[in-house]
Amino acid sequence: MARKISIKQAINEAIDQEMTRDPSVIMMGEDIVGGSGSFGEMDAWGGVLGVTKGLYAKHGSRLLDTPLSESAYVGAAVGAAACGMRPIAELMFIDFMGVCFDQIFNQAAKFRYMFGGKAQTPVVIRAMVGAGFRAAAQHSQMLTPLFTHIPGLKVVCPSSAYDAKGLLIQSIRDNDPVIFCEHKNLYAMEGEVPETSYTIPLGEANVVREGKDVSIVTYGLMVHRSLEAAATLAKEGIEVEVVDLRTLSPLDLDTVLDSVTKTGRLVCVDEASPRCNIATDISALVSMHAFSALKAGIEMISPPHCPVPFSPTLEDLYIPGSDRIADAVRKTLQKGKK
Amino acid sequence: MSNITPIVMPKWGLSMKEGTVTSWLVTEGTNITVGMPILDVETDKIANAVEAPDAGLLRKIVAHEGELLPVKALLGVMADTDVSDADIDAYIASYVTPAVDEDEADAAPTTLRLDVGDISVRYARRGNAGGTPVLFIHGFGGDLDNWLFNIDAVAEKAEVIALDLPGHGQSTVRLPGTSLADMANFVARFMDAINVPKAHLVGHSMGGAIAAQLAVTQPNRVESLTLIGSAGFGDEINSSYTSGFASAASRKELKPLLEQLFYDPSLVSRQLVDDVLKYKRLDGVEQVLKTLSEALFPGGRQSEKPGLKLGEAGKRVLMLWGSDDKVVPAAHAKNAPKGATVELFDQAGHMVQMEKAGDVNRLLVAHVTA
Repeated sequence: MARKISIKQAINEAIDQEMTRDPSVIMMGEDIVGGSGSFGEMDAWGGVLGVTKGLYAKHGSRLLDTPLSESAYVGAAVGAAACGMRPIAELMFIDFMGVCFDQIFNQAAKFRYMFGGKAQTPVVIRAMVGAGFRAAAQHSQMLTPLFTHIPGLKVVCPSSAYDAKGLLIQSIRDNDPVIFCEHKNLYAMEGEVPETSYTIPLGEANVVREGKDVSIVTYGLMVHRSLEAAATLAKEGIEVEVVDLRTLSPLDLDTVLDSVTKTGRLVCVDEASPRCNIATDISALVSMHAFSALKAGIEMISPPHCPVPFSPTLEDLYIPGSDRIADAVRKTLQKGKK
Repeated sequence: MSNITPIVMPKWGLSMKEGTVTSWLVTEGTNITVGMPILDVETDKIANAVEAPDAGLLRKIVAHEGELLPVKALLGVMADTDVSDADIDAYIASYVTPAVDEDEADAAPTTLRLDVGDISVRYARRGNAGGTPVLFIHGFGGDLDNWLFNIDAVAEKAEVIALDLPGHGQSTVRLPGTSLADMANFVARFMDAINVPKAHLVGHSMGGAIAAQLAVTQPNRVESLTLIGSAGFGDEINSSYTSGFASAASRKELKPLLEQLFYDPSLVSRQLVDDVLKYKRLDGVEQVLKTLSEALFPGGRQSEKPGLKLGEAGKRVLMLWGSDDKVVPAAHAKNAPKGATVELFDQAGHMVQMEKAGDVNRLLVAHVTA
């Protein structure tokens, strides 16, 4: 597996291979082909950051540039899914989901349930998440908790190129609506990726570093910040285990509980706003299911409860860094039972 | 200071760059003999004991437990009692870990690819050409990394080739057929494609049965056989392993199965499980494994036993087995052809070539250079 490619290339390859394998896979979104909604210049753009570049040349009109109306094309994708296609809708920034919440929350997420299991909605909605891109408050949010909250939706947020390809292929083959969250600051991150198609089941966390002293449970960009913290702490003789959730819904609580049962200490790290986020959810679930294993109070690291600042200095302060994470780990070790 | 012998970080497998010293199994002052397990080392792939390549009196332990060190870093120093402590300290102070030659690494890719019919084969080729090469054939669900403790050691004495069988490792996920004859014919075609008319075949498990099959049907392609925990010599095979391995979909299901391969289950690291899981999740692999398992091991019985016909082939045969093999019973060694050399290893399971790498490599080198 010597070949290394970026997360951006891994996503492109996953879509390419699934479109080749299954003619019912189609794609729609703003600027995913030509950048202007016209087909005058073939494949000039390939999406706002070039993720879908090259796909139009191979798969032609199965990629559709749409007008600037998220509610229209997300609705079209959901409807096409209900009628037997496997559409991928690309929504640029997850911050724009607001205008099509009805299509997602009240339609796509409900069909299987409200039609008594007779309908399914195999749609994938891809969108960029996360801060650190100097894109200001309306293009930088980590809205993963909003979607995790809704029964009927699956929510995925990969942290590596290997995971991005395997999870996206699984998402496309899955028969339920999947919100596929791509961290824009991880697009360039490279990793070893098999050329063959493969899948990673939704709802399977990955222990990316083993340790016996403290568990960090996180996902997305924060996996890498947590690994940096773990490397620093290793020099102090503290062995940190880092659990990458990969899928936020369904949640692999077993892996989290196994880890906390082993270490007895937990730090939840989440780039989403601090109230009702993934960190608070994991914290509550661990308190409920593994309270007796805990040797100290749970720590949570999230940004402050404010919009993502546009000032680069403030934005850097806003995003949880490895120093804050390392401090939280040390704190759990200082308090509680020895 | 030629009477000082260094103990250095070994290189296990094609990709190893560094390893962590987990624990020392001997103390300073121990008289070390060749093959003695002297310390445990863990890489991102696997944990194992380092067996002493040289004999001597361990004078000084240099690497501390928990230290992460590059390949060839100095771990300890052996010397006779007439060498002074000062000389040993001077040796340690002046020791420079040889840098891995990046150019050399780039010039010689760790693995190669070649199309054999419609199947792209990943393989490794090491050592100097000339003489009859040694061809390693892995077992059911395995790949060429099953030989990570053997390839480089044997390559010092002979040219070594190891392949990923069709449907395995990083070769195309497709079978040329489901019988041992189909697989053996494929190996012969692979040998044609790399211009190897004849080889010393080394087969593990199902790979042993494939090697035996080739020796029976195309004896002119086979110089000698080394069969390790080999299939093809009896009826029984652990079907909970073969069918379980084919269907295991998660780490939780896979780990206890992989632990059955070893005498010491702690050798199964998280990375090892992850690597196998990554292979198993490739499109088509589960079907390939189920098809092979049902054809070769239906209902926990081996459907083909080419090993029993080896007597007629008249090849030199070395058979190695772990006494605690939980996949193919070591009792099958009794069906070895007349004249075969049979060695059983205590405290070893199905993966003898990993658990007893030093002994296996010595026997193997002696067998293929005889």
